[in-house]
Amino acid sequence: MLQGLIHKMKRLGERFPQSLFFIMALSALSALALITIFIFIEGIPLIVKVGFFNFIFGMKWAPSLGQYGIFPMIVGTVLVTLGAIILGVPIALCCSIFLAEFAPRKLSNLVRPAIQLLAGIPSVVFGFWGLIFIVPAIRNYLGGPGLSILAGSIILAIMILPTVISISEVSLLALSPLLKEGAFALGATHWQTIRSVLLPAAKSGILASIILGIGRAVGETMAVIMVLGNAVALPSSILDPARTLTTNIGIEMGYASGDHQQALFATGIVLLVIIMLLNSIAQYAIRRK
Amino acid sequence: MGIRLNPKTTQKIAKAVIWSAAILVLFLLFSIIIYILSKGIPHITWQFLTQIPSDMGRSGGILSTIVGTLSVTLVAIIVATPLGVGTAFYLTEYTRESTITKIIRFSAESLAGIPSIVYGLFGFIFFVIYLKLGWSILSGGLTLAVMILPTIIRTSEEAIRTVPPMYREVSFSLGGTKWQTMIKVLIPSALPGIATGIILGIGRCVAETAAVILTAGSALQMPTSLFSPARTMAVHFYILASEGISLEKAFATSALLIILILLINIGANLLVNKFVAKGH
Amino acid sequence: MKNYKAKYPINLRFSFIFCLIILLFTFTLSTGCSRNSAGIIVAGSTSVQPFAEVLAEEYMILHPGVTIDIQGGGSAAGIMATESGTTDIGMSSRTLTGDETSLWSVEIARDGLAIVVNPKNPIINLTLEQVCDIYSGKVSNWSALGGEKSEIHVFTREDGSGTRSSFESLVMGKTEIMPEAMVENSNGAIRQLVGDDPNAIGYISLGLVDKDVKAVELNGIAATREHVIDGTYNLSRPFLFLTLKEPTGLVKDFIDFTLSDQGKQILNDQGLIATGVNP
Repeated sequence: MLQGLIHKMKRLGERFPQSLFFIMALSALSALALITIFIFIEGIPLIVKVGFFNFIFGMKWAPSLGQYGIFPMIVGTVLVTLGAIILGVPIALCCSIFLAEFAPRKLSNLVRPAIQLLAGIPSVVFGFWGLIFIVPAIRNYLGGPGLSILAGSIILAIMILPTVISISEVSLLALSPLLKEGAFALGATHWQTIRSVLLPAAKSGILASIILGIGRAVGETMAVIMVLGNAVALPSSILDPARTLTTNIGIEMGYASGDHQQALFATGIVLLVIIMLLNSIAQYAIRRK
Repeated sequence: MGIRLNPKTTQKIAKAVIWSAAILVLFLLFSIIIYILSKGIPHITWQFLTQIPSDMGRSGGILSTIVGTLSVTLVAIIVATPLGVGTAFYLTEYTRESTITKIIRFSAESLAGIPSIVYGLFGFIFFVIYLKLGWSILSGGLTLAVMILPTIIRTSEEAIRTVPPMYREVSFSLGGTKWQTMIKVLIPSALPGIATGIILGIGRCVAETAAVILTAGSALQMPTSLFSPARTMAVHFYILASEGISLEKAFATSALLIILILLINIGANLLVNKFVAKGH
Repeated sequence: MKNYKAKYPINLRFSFIFCLIILLFTFTLSTGCSRNSAGIIVAGSTSVQPFAEVLAEEYMILHPGVTIDIQGGGSAAGIMATESGTTDIGMSSRTLTGDETSLWSVEIARDGLAIVVNPKNPIINLTLEQVCDIYSGKVSNWSALGGEKSEIHVFTREDGSGTRSSFESLVMGKTEIMPEAMVENSNGAIRQLVGDDPNAIGYISLGLVDKDVKAVELNGIAATREHVIDGTYNLSRPFLFLTLKEPTGLVKDFIDFTLSDQGKQILNDQGLIATGVNP
């Protein structure tokens, strides 16, 4: 009978850590739920008050006049991100090909941590560097105040390099060596193999890396605030200053209150939706492998 | 467009372009780092490290920001590590793939993608306002804890999964319960991997600005408790740089930040190598 | 199996580090529980902030054990925080309007508002109307004002800024600042950016003008402290300390210090005009 009791206690003792870990595991879920709930609770009333279309497509952001149209910020985000992708992805892809195919072992073992380091540098440092070098260069050679979408795109392009490089490289390395051997056996040069065989084969991984890079660019705030100029008007060229959804929140959050504060949370909702969409697309692309 | 180039030529061009891209990236990285370090290190003096800022940061040191950074990071790590490792344990040891694990994993992945400014908004409305913690180290640290949770979950899960099943079987055959197995076998085995995750999380905390400025505030004074507002080095650097208060101190602060990140990265890499070496 | 035993040292190391962390945690927690040291929060205008910090520094030297935390956020935020009790003292760089006047306030100093351009800019003098036209977008090239043929790059402060409100009421009147104007969060940022760009124009605290920027003369009057005092340069705004009710205790002591001769000396040295008039 004692045996039975001990056995029962052991089983209870088993249940306890299991429940404990289950509760811990719920932390990620509850955090996500809390974030979503609180941001939505704060932001939705404003969207209802102003009107969904007025909010998303409104051209004027003037909180002191009660106007909350975020379309210029959406355009800002899109342009800056597009610029970052156009500038950054080709270079990142070349680098990942370099690491996967061309670099000798010793060199790639040096380059890879270097790129990781790039990923760890605080974004404000990039913004500062951009303010010192990129902004004056644009102002002196291309015109405009220098604080511009172009400056933002350049900085963001540099910042998304590590993301795109590392995931693309992993996708390339994960390919079966038979693919390469087969192509060589058919007489293809190294580059022909890469272009026609390896890249298409790693397509979904590379696509996923680009989408995650987009996500990083869309979500970046501090570096962009420092170089974008933050004018509320709709930008008409990449040399114009602009605001993104993130910098709008970043600049005004410190002092906003009431409707204004809710409008910033509403901007946060838009950001969350965009990021969730991007993440789902990326996940889908990864799983399709 | 009608010129058909010799494949050998395209090969040469492609190789040149690819090598140039790699060199460009390395050049960018080194020029940024060397620029900041060269301008900043000369101003990192003993006073800089041990005095508190005065005159808006124009003079004095950055001691209060160092303490701010350490405290906020410590709170984040202390909160996120048990939760993250616990989650990892649950996902690997206690269940099979099911709806609930998919939901948990989805949550972790989603958390990883949320922009830091949104974390700032959340931290502000939840910790600072709703829980009435005010602008404080606690608010900042808890917000950062949620931010680094996905990282710790991911690396811990990987670390635990690579512990050879043999270790578990031996432990069970010796009569150990799941709990004992975990404490005495799994944790020590997976420790380098878990530690890597923690170190990556620390790196993230040190570098974070947007979320911290909205939750821990930006007061310059030395924090006296978990409930005091505090300024971290990253926030201090941002304020110094964007307001042009002191170029010297800005460079020095960023140089210190970069050195810290470098050390953190090196530490993580060493651990990963140890981990791989152990991974049999 | 041999490796199994070798793991125990790691276990020990792990528990040691863990204990250290717990110790540090309890230490910080205990200092949190002993919040005996008195402290007040001063929050609001970023224009007033640097001056409040200097005052606080001096005060804390004279009264050790007291903590005065200065936060920015802008005049609007400071006023709101005072009304809600989130801060002990609010800072504002503009006059109170409407409901706000129910707060207790005291003017700790006056600050001139300087219109600044880059030192390389040949323009020395502007009329108020010209400044208004620049900021509304009516005039967009320096050549229209007698300067170089180049685009004017306009800088303004953010929406909740007291400096901006003062600028709008003193210079713009009913005209709106154009949406194409670039927005920065602090006097320092505007000073830095105007100092870097030969075609830029901005407005900052007179007390913050230094060799990086050039303050233009308004209607022929140079932007100097003396001209603000004698009234000929009429772009100036009050720096206010606000409290919800009549100040008492530590709050009163700090405000008294600010209004004392020592406090006024500090503010005057920093470039403000310290008067201490109680409305």
